Amino acid sequence: MALFGLPLATLALFVGFGVLIGVLFGFFGMGGSFLVTPALLVLDYPTTVAVGSGLAFVFGTAVIATLRHRDLGQVDYKLGALLIVGTTVGIEVGKDLVLWLEGLGLSGVVINVTYVVLLGGVGAVVTLDALRHRGGDGTDVAGDQAADAPGSADRGLGLAGVVQSFELPPMVRLRGGVRVSLWLVLLIAFATGLLSGFLGVGGGFVRMPALSYLVGVPVPIAVGTGLFGIVFSGGIGSFLWALDGGVKLSIVAPLLAGSALGARVGSAATDVVEATAVKRYYGVMLLLGAVAIAVKQVGGALHLPALRTAAMAIILGEALLVAGAVVATSVRALRSGAGGASTTD
Amino acid sequence: MGLVSLAGPTHAAVLVGVVLVEAMVLYVAYGAVIARVGGAVTDALRNR
Repeated sequence: MALFGLPLATLALFVGFGVLIGVLFGFFGMGGSFLVTPALLVLDYPTTVAVGSGLAFVFGTAVIATLRHRDLGQVDYKLGALLIVGTTVGIEVGKDLVLWLEGLGLSGVVINVTYVVLLGGVGAVVTLDALRHRGGDGTDVAGDQAADAPGSADRGLGLAGVVQSFELPPMVRLRGGVRVSLWLVLLIAFATGLLSGFLGVGGGFVRMPALSYLVGVPVPIAVGTGLFGIVFSGGIGSFLWALDGGVKLSIVAPLLAGSALGARVGSAATDVVEATAVKRYYGVMLLLGAVAIAVKQVGGALHLPALRTAAMAIILGEALLVAGAVVATSVRALRSGAGGASTTD
Repeated sequence: MGLVSLAGPTHAAVLVGVVLVEAMVLYVAYGAVIARVGGAVTDALRNR
């Protein structure tokens, strides 16, 4: 039996996978194209369809997760608008950089190495920072709350304090009591856009740490505002891929039906789970992602299909593991009395 | 639904629009479901 041109089993698989990705996307503000595109490629969809439909799915999920974060008061629209401007310019420059490298015949190697180094590097920094603020009994210590307090110069690794200390007018006030130079925000947005365009990914995995560690925005607002930016970049990207026939509603619709539920769970979880736990899971996810991509590249270089399958297993396994950990931590936090009424969903 | 008869930018814009509408409908629909049963689920989790 088939529905929307898909066998029921495939439809159920897409809905289930959508729930999983929705949890991660709502919780971290990233993970869409990182997970969906490889999964569609494994299911033998053409690259155009895998990338285009993956991006359209990311767009839809970002809309849902942003609406949820907006309800929780975790979207800074002023910062979001600045992000869109800086990121758009950065993406264009990033794409030009790729074309230049293609002319030299170096694009594949440089992009893959950059991707692995970046995922691994950001993952390591975030994980170390989370462990640094973790108490011996497994709970987050008070110092972490101080570090995440609005306007704290000691936030994250202290980089936010350095960035905020630059008095380059005009200065803008952001949510969480952050006061920072407009030009530096645009510069950071440009840099994240540059990486986005260069690597050909949504860029959520660099946006959240950049907003948190460099600008000094509290983690939930960094996630919500990053998602707000993805609504625009995802929408424009989906449109461009749809022009080439890359967007298939039979794939996007069931994935979105699942992720709509998952994104609500993930977004609500950011309201009850400690900031350090968010960072810890985020770091682990990026580190495992770096391992998966490295394994995949080695498999491609050595023509070993088994390694490519192993890479896919790592990606799906980590998604399942981290999403499960997010839900389990949220339930524990609920039982211990953390979070407010908004944790209902 | 007539989608196949469209082409080019119109077709692309309609596809993106359909995804946007589906996302918003799902957001409202799940929101209604959660408003109805969410409290009971949260209470059950807290008291389990």
